[in-house]
Amino acid sequence: MVQGVVSGLLFGGVYSLMAVGLTLIFGVMRVVNFAHGDMMVWGMYLAYVLSTRAGIDPYVSFVVCAAALFALGLLVQRGLVDRIIDSPHEMQILLMLGVALVLENVALLAFGPEPTRVRSPLASATIWLGPVFVDVARLVTFVVAVALTSGLWAFLFRTDLGRTIRAAADNTYGALVIGTDVRRVYAVAFGIGAACVGAAGALVSPILPFQPPTGLSLSVASFNIVIIGGMGSLLGAFVGGLLVSLAESLGAVFLKPSLKELFSFSLLIVILLLRPAGLFGRRSA
Amino acid sequence: MRWTIAASVVALVALPVVLSPYVLTLFILIFFYAFLGQAWNIVGGYAGQLSAGHAAFVGIGGYTAAMLSIELGLTPWIGMFLGGALAAVLGAIVGYLGFRFGLRGFYFVLLTVAFAEICRIGVSNIDALGGPLGLYITFTGDPRQFQFQDGRVYYYIALALMLVATLTAWAIERRRFGVYLAAIREDEVAAEALGVNAFKYKMLAMIVSSFLTGFGGTFYAFYLFSLQPNTLFGIPLSVEIIIRPIVGGAGTLLGPIVGSFILTPLAEISRRYLGQGGLHGAHLIAYGVLLIAVVLFLPEGAYPRLRRALTRRTAGA
Repeated sequence: MVQGVVSGLLFGGVYSLMAVGLTLIFGVMRVVNFAHGDMMVWGMYLAYVLSTRAGIDPYVSFVVCAAALFALGLLVQRGLVDRIIDSPHEMQILLMLGVALVLENVALLAFGPEPTRVRSPLASATIWLGPVFVDVARLVTFVVAVALTSGLWAFLFRTDLGRTIRAAADNTYGALVIGTDVRRVYAVAFGIGAACVGAAGALVSPILPFQPPTGLSLSVASFNIVIIGGMGSLLGAFVGGLLVSLAESLGAVFLKPSLKELFSFSLLIVILLLRPAGLFGRRSA
Repeated sequence: MRWTIAASVVALVALPVVLSPYVLTLFILIFFYAFLGQAWNIVGGYAGQLSAGHAAFVGIGGYTAAMLSIELGLTPWIGMFLGGALAAVLGAIVGYLGFRFGLRGFYFVLLTVAFAEICRIGVSNIDALGGPLGLYITFTGDPRQFQFQDGRVYYYIALALMLVATLTAWAIERRRFGVYLAAIREDEVAAEALGVNAFKYKMLAMIVSSFLTGFGGTFYAFYLFSLQPNTLFGIPLSVEIIIRPIVGGAGTLLGPIVGSFILTPLAEISRRYLGQGGLHGAHLIAYGVLLIAVVLFLPEGAYPRLRRALTRRTAGA
């Protein structure tokens, strides 16, 4: 039980990072990144390739994965999302579903359906902290994920570009009026959102066995988190990540592993119905 | 227009005389997916409520008819109505929750996906329903058990399903109901301000759509002779259902049919030539690219564009 709480909270760091990426994209351009989990899976496979081909540990290569996913996010935004940013929401949903399909199935084509895991010397080490034992891998993952989230925080609140991004999110029209290059802001925000899952994917790759369809369950987890936390709220995504991870890990203690997914989807329905604005969300559509 | 349609129906009825078995199978799939697309079109196209979990209705309909046939020997000809009714019950539940709680766009998509996935995982974990391996139907060739020696019978049933769904959509389109649905799709708040009971009509559209889809689930199960949770309830089938009307033109009467005539042969070809040798996801990549392309370049779908091109030519001649 206590064990479940600890490992749930530690895993939550990754969930938080993933959800912060999603909520940033949504908050800035009101687009739901349906391909979020699939982008994360690409981060995992990239870490896998770097580890098997070049022998780079995922706890180092996450920087490369984040950069690669930043480029992917930028590309998706500039090439696709940007063209329909003013279209009805249905169109954006369909577009992102298309992107998700392509990403998942290209991964399936490239890497096959077998579950994979990235080896790291840290993954087998454990230490005892008082009465509970802690995976070193989980602990490192948690620390790095929280550090990255805090770094993103500092970037958004302490730098000029970060402030511009938040301004464009708050009031696109106003940002345009004062001469902001909103298209550039959108591209950077989408890139950062994707970079978050790139890093999160690499960090979690030694802990969580993955295969191409894992993207869907990661997307569902991200949706759960950002809806709980309030769409567009960074603090909400961070706290929500810890909460959802905790709930899933406790669910796994009491339920058969095969029913874990059932639990996540039921959680999603309950959250959707009780949604209105989330924990830290502002009331808005 | 009317004569063109009548002539095409007559041609489709006469067609099996000259078709090879392989092409016959292809046409069966074209009709069946056009049928599923048309059923989805009622709620997804006309009413504009993007359901991304319609596979669940196929699964419920198929499993109901198959279980009744295997356990009780009840003929699927009756079972398909019961399957449709059960699917409609689920449709009503999903619709009630979604519409009563005001879930729109993205939130409604998530709700429908979540319900379909819960059904899939649930069925995979129920041993009485065959668990993850599913159910198999033994071939007896008995027409009362929805089994036929002659492939042409499946052809006519699939054609009939497509026509029934299309007639239903046509009947909705030309009644007040259809106008209300279009109003809700275009601007729900304005429609309600004019006194349209949006909740009621969205519910009706959802129930009709899920009933038809569940009804067709029987055909799917008995045509394949097997039911697996991942095939019947899975997201890939939901994608198959949605993509045809969207490519053909969502919310138009002939959109799902045009979409199916374009996409089903494409999917079959890619499955036949790329699906072997482990290239499983190849046609889903093609679907993804197509979805992106349609959204970017042809947001209203192929059929409206086609119709304009045709009328312009006749007007010019």
